[in-house]
Amino acid sequence: MEIFIINLIGATLRVSTPILLAAIGETYAERAGILNLGIEGTMFFGAFIGFFVADKSGSLWLGFLVAVLSGVVFGLLMALLTVTLGVNQHVSGLGITMLCTGLSLFAFRLNYGGRSIPPSIESFQQLAPFKNIPWLNTLTEQYLLTYVAFLVIVPLAWWLLYRTSFGLKIRSVGENPEAADAAGVNVFAVRYAALAIGGGLMAAGGAFLSLAQLGAFTHGIIAGRGWVAIAIVIFGNWNPVRAMWGALIFGGTSALQLRLQTMGLQLPIPYETFLALPYIVTIIALVLAGRNASYPAALLKPYRRE
Amino acid sequence: MYIVDMLGITKTFGELVANDNVDFQLRKGEIHALLGENGAGKTTLMRILYGLYRPDTGIIKVAEQPVEIHSPKDAIANGIGMVTQHFALVPPLSVAENIVLGNTDGFVVNRAAMEAKVAAAADRFGIVIDPKSLVRHLAVGQRQRVEILKALYRNARVLILDEPTAVLVPQEVDALFETLNRLKADGLSVIFISHKLHEVTQITDRVTVLRDGKLIGTVDTKDMSQSQLAAMMVGRETFGVTRKDEQHEQQPVTLRIDNLCAKNDQGMPALTNVCLEVKAGEILGIAGVGGNGQKELAESLCGVRDCASGSIQLAGKELIGKTPAGFTQAGVGRIPEDRHEGMVGDLTVTENLALEHLNEYTRSGVLDHKAIRTRAEELIHQFQIKARPNDPVRTLSGGNMQKVLLARVLSRNPKAVIVPQPTRGLDVGATDYVRQQLLEQRDRGAAILLISEDLDEILALSDRIAVIYEGEIVGILPAGEATPERLGLLMSGAVKEH
Repeated sequence: MEIFIINLIGATLRVSTPILLAAIGETYAERAGILNLGIEGTMFFGAFIGFFVADKSGSLWLGFLVAVLSGVVFGLLMALLTVTLGVNQHVSGLGITMLCTGLSLFAFRLNYGGRSIPPSIESFQQLAPFKNIPWLNTLTEQYLLTYVAFLVIVPLAWWLLYRTSFGLKIRSVGENPEAADAAGVNVFAVRYAALAIGGGLMAAGGAFLSLAQLGAFTHGIIAGRGWVAIAIVIFGNWNPVRAMWGALIFGGTSALQLRLQTMGLQLPIPYETFLALPYIVTIIALVLAGRNASYPAALLKPYRRE
Repeated sequence: MYIVDMLGITKTFGELVANDNVDFQLRKGEIHALLGENGAGKTTLMRILYGLYRPDTGIIKVAEQPVEIHSPKDAIANGIGMVTQHFALVPPLSVAENIVLGNTDGFVVNRAAMEAKVAAAADRFGIVIDPKSLVRHLAVGQRQRVEILKALYRNARVLILDEPTAVLVPQEVDALFETLNRLKADGLSVIFISHKLHEVTQITDRVTVLRDGKLIGTVDTKDMSQSQLAAMMVGRETFGVTRKDEQHEQQPVTLRIDNLCAKNDQGMPALTNVCLEVKAGEILGIAGVGGNGQKELAESLCGVRDCASGSIQLAGKELIGKTPAGFTQAGVGRIPEDRHEGMVGDLTVTENLALEHLNEYTRSGVLDHKAIRTRAEELIHQFQIKARPNDPVRTLSGGNMQKVLLARVLSRNPKAVIVPQPTRGLDVGATDYVRQQLLEQRDRGAAILLISEDLDEILALSDRIAVIYEGEIVGILPAGEATPERLGLLMSGAVKEH
């Protein structure tokens, strides 16, 4: 039983990583007042371009870097549409998701044709800092990116938002851009920056799936994780540390349902029920925790000086 | 030597000429009033100086050097600070965070150091505020203190104050004026936007008067009387609105509040055993320093805030436990303190006028637009609202917004009217209008609870005056016995009279 639980926790950390990265990215965007529904597409493109560059160049890190840059570019595109042009945020975000999905599938088909078995690459190696202690090794044998996500990205996001002048600016433009503007904050620049950082993190989450977790690219690789990340941002009340707990709940149920499926339990329920479990749990968690959600007051509102 | 020269400033919004070739010159170390009715263009002129608007034509010089002010950032860099009328604060952030926003020392924000610095600045300028409290927990008067401190904190050489005293009580105004005089002695220049003539004559060195976007003139304050200034401002002599003295002893009690207790947003007791009676045809004024439970009292009496205990009876019927809509239906007229809270800015005047009573305009589930429109046109005419029926409410001036609210509430002939701060931020004309409407309601026989931090308003309108201090009614005086000094003592909590 202990082994099962340790194993489950290790898997939870792994499965949570891409959602966590995306949710932190979305937190930056929404804290600045922009709902970035381009998250699902940005993750998808990140997964594809990371895989493609890694496959062609032979360098996983180059692939990852290009993926992050692509996310930054799509974040800036979102900023151009919503911040500069003042286009509706829902439409812009969904448009970017469709654009990214279409672009990725088109380029994938051009380069790999229609195969029944998806192409794969040698993925990132997991780190094993405690090789000699079996139970600790089960827990800590993780990808470098998982370590980075939990130990660097989350604390850094919290620190940036709550302990730096940049974070103060992000929070103020998401709550009351008029006040921020009057205080001498460049509202447009702060929103561009938040969306760029956010896009990079979203694409990093996508690339984690194709370059680390799976070592392959498939059409269903993101499978709604972007939308789940948006729910997690709300669950986390726009706080990166609370968002981490949300990602762990989703990751934990995902890891659990995989194990339940393979345990060979003879249950009179179809296996799809298990597949749906993480999403159901996420919805329940959101309903329970999201009732007191205090949305950034300027979310969805383009800022215009009169 | 002028620290600010604004020469030939013209600014138009569509067909409206907000500033028409206006010259404004500010000397170093003076307090300079910018006087004019709402819509006269004084706020526009100052928003141009602060970089919130770009002028169509005109030159701005700071310390004799021509400057381009494209944004508040440029204005701040030129030593210009502004306290706007609509507070430019971020409610979920703390006082300290709001003050250092856009003006932080370096990238990392050290909370303790930041709060200590803000506290030190507050001390230096004599402004009482806790740097750690969240702005959204502060009352309007306290928020304004944050705004003033924010501008001072940036070492402004020129400080623009847009109606700074509108929410202060006499004692606070005195403290503010002391602060301003001290700053003036240090060489700071202050631009003081106000409609209150006695304040202008009391504190300022020179006055610039605007009317309908045009410069009427700049004069030395000491050469002018209040009525001369008023004549420059409105082009006519003003006459204040005051109540006729009448006896209302025989009237029945319409609104009876018994041992009412309520908590504030932080869950702390805000009202303690409040007992009040308002008779038909009477205005009961509630005087007090901002943040002593007025907000909670007004909200409780409109059903917007749950009461911990006590009773609210309207013509003998208990209201506790009813929804806000239930309060309205029972005959409570609600005019919210924040005009923007009482209406939906993006909806039209017509829609806002119908908003509280939509069910009356519904025919088998569909809105009867014709009836709504007809009613709206009647009300716009009756209440002299200067707007077209299809104008979005957010485009209206403060005075006209207040008229829309008044029209919606008063046209229903409510038994009791709850009016917190009804004339805050309104110009002389609109203020007179609102007060006149309240007096007409009183003569009609409504029970009016007037909650105001403007003592002049309380004294001018109330039949009786109750003073609230830390959530308790510390004294109730008939209007004839109330003097500003006696009320001031009660408001400061120094004495209690029962």
